[in-house]
Amino acid sequence: MPDYSLILRNASFLFDGLLLSLTLTLVGVIGGLAVGTALTLVRQFTGVIGNRVVDAYVFVFRAIPLLLVIFWFYFMVPLILGRPVGAWTSAIVAFTLFEGAYYSEILRAGLKSVRAGQLNAALASGMSRAQALRYVIFPQAFAAVIPIFLTQAIILFQDTSLVFVVSLHDFLTATTIIANRDGRLIEAYAFACLVYYLICLAATAGVEKLKRTFAR
Amino acid sequence: MNYQWNWGLLLKEPYAGWLLTGLGWTVALSIAGWLIALPLGTTIGIARTSSSRWVLGLSGFYVSVFRNIPLLLQMFVWFFVVPELLPARLGLWFKRDLPNPEFWTAVLALAFYTSGRLAELFRAGLQAVPRGQRMAADATGMNRAQALRYIVMPQALRIILPPLTSEFMSIVKNSSLALTIGVLELTAQSRQIENFTFHGFEAFGAATAFYVLVALVLNLVMVCLQRTLALPVAV
Repeated sequence: MPDYSLILRNASFLFDGLLLSLTLTLVGVIGGLAVGTALTLVRQFTGVIGNRVVDAYVFVFRAIPLLLVIFWFYFMVPLILGRPVGAWTSAIVAFTLFEGAYYSEILRAGLKSVRAGQLNAALASGMSRAQALRYVIFPQAFAAVIPIFLTQAIILFQDTSLVFVVSLHDFLTATTIIANRDGRLIEAYAFACLVYYLICLAATAGVEKLKRTFAR
Repeated sequence: MNYQWNWGLLLKEPYAGWLLTGLGWTVALSIAGWLIALPLGTTIGIARTSSSRWVLGLSGFYVSVFRNIPLLLQMFVWFFVVPELLPARLGLWFKRDLPNPEFWTAVLALAFYTSGRLAELFRAGLQAVPRGQRMAADATGMNRAQALRYIVMPQALRIILPPLTSEFMSIVKNSSLALTIGVLELTAQSRQIENFTFHGFEAFGAATAFYVLVALVLNLVMVCLQRTLALPVAV
């Protein structure tokens, strides 16, 4: 007999897990945006060498699995800092740097979508290159890719489940813990599927609506 | 930072062997998953362009299920839940008699997850072919299947070739999740070497190098394919 009461009995534990997943997503989005923007600025203001370095950074991070990135930083962050840090800190570093590569690619697409005339017009009106980027180009580029940013955030929310491998108690890990303790794998995983499904479906619908509003 | 480098370690047994078998499993998972995902994703993708509301609704639900649940959770469901829900004898066979159950479960999880993503890709590709092409095929007396097979699909495939390549790269990367149910693929092996030797830089560095190599090769294959398949007129 299926017994779904374990969900209610462990509601606060599961909710804490969901909160950790959402927090990690938020930190990943903000950190990733910061790193992505920084990489884009390097691309804009340095010559060939800077561009090549950014290209290599993006290529490597996009070529390797997120799990490997999580393992890398779980091992490397304590080594570099010279003292042990928790899984949380290394997970944040891993997600920030990993998402940064993806966000920089999205931003690049956004910059490409801004017509060349915009930069020329800004420069002709006496702005410096930095001013033109700050006041004319970047606002348009960001606006153009906001839906893609949000879609990436939904993907990131699903990817936060990978912190399972470093024993952080995100939503999936919390579900797994109660599933194994109570021997109720079917109920626990069915519930987790439903929660992830509904959250991602609602978020995707929100992004679609936003897209239509923007297109108008 | 105090660290003793020892790159020679990677060439020593058993570590070199671990890495290579890990790479082998990664490739096997990716290819097996892809061989199931591609026909499945194509079929669902075609269904996504159907004019029947039922077909459209069902295929849309299929895609949304496999795309909105994290792959790791899907893998756990295939491994822990599905054998319990199957008829008793089949479930038992799954758990006891199927050789290498972790591998095949991971393949199934990867295949279905990827098929949902491929379906969306194929839908977009099919819809990107100008409508006139379908009408022209219709006018020459082809039925809908023929039009799809000879006119629309060949053009759609050319359009989606670059994202199709990155989907294959995604399945290679996603195959690392199989380590959570016990498949010792590349990432798992590098982690194991780190655990045994505390030489994380070398172990993870080797795995990173292998993944980067796979990505480079795939990029190269895609560029060659694109050149060979390019039509005299831009599609």
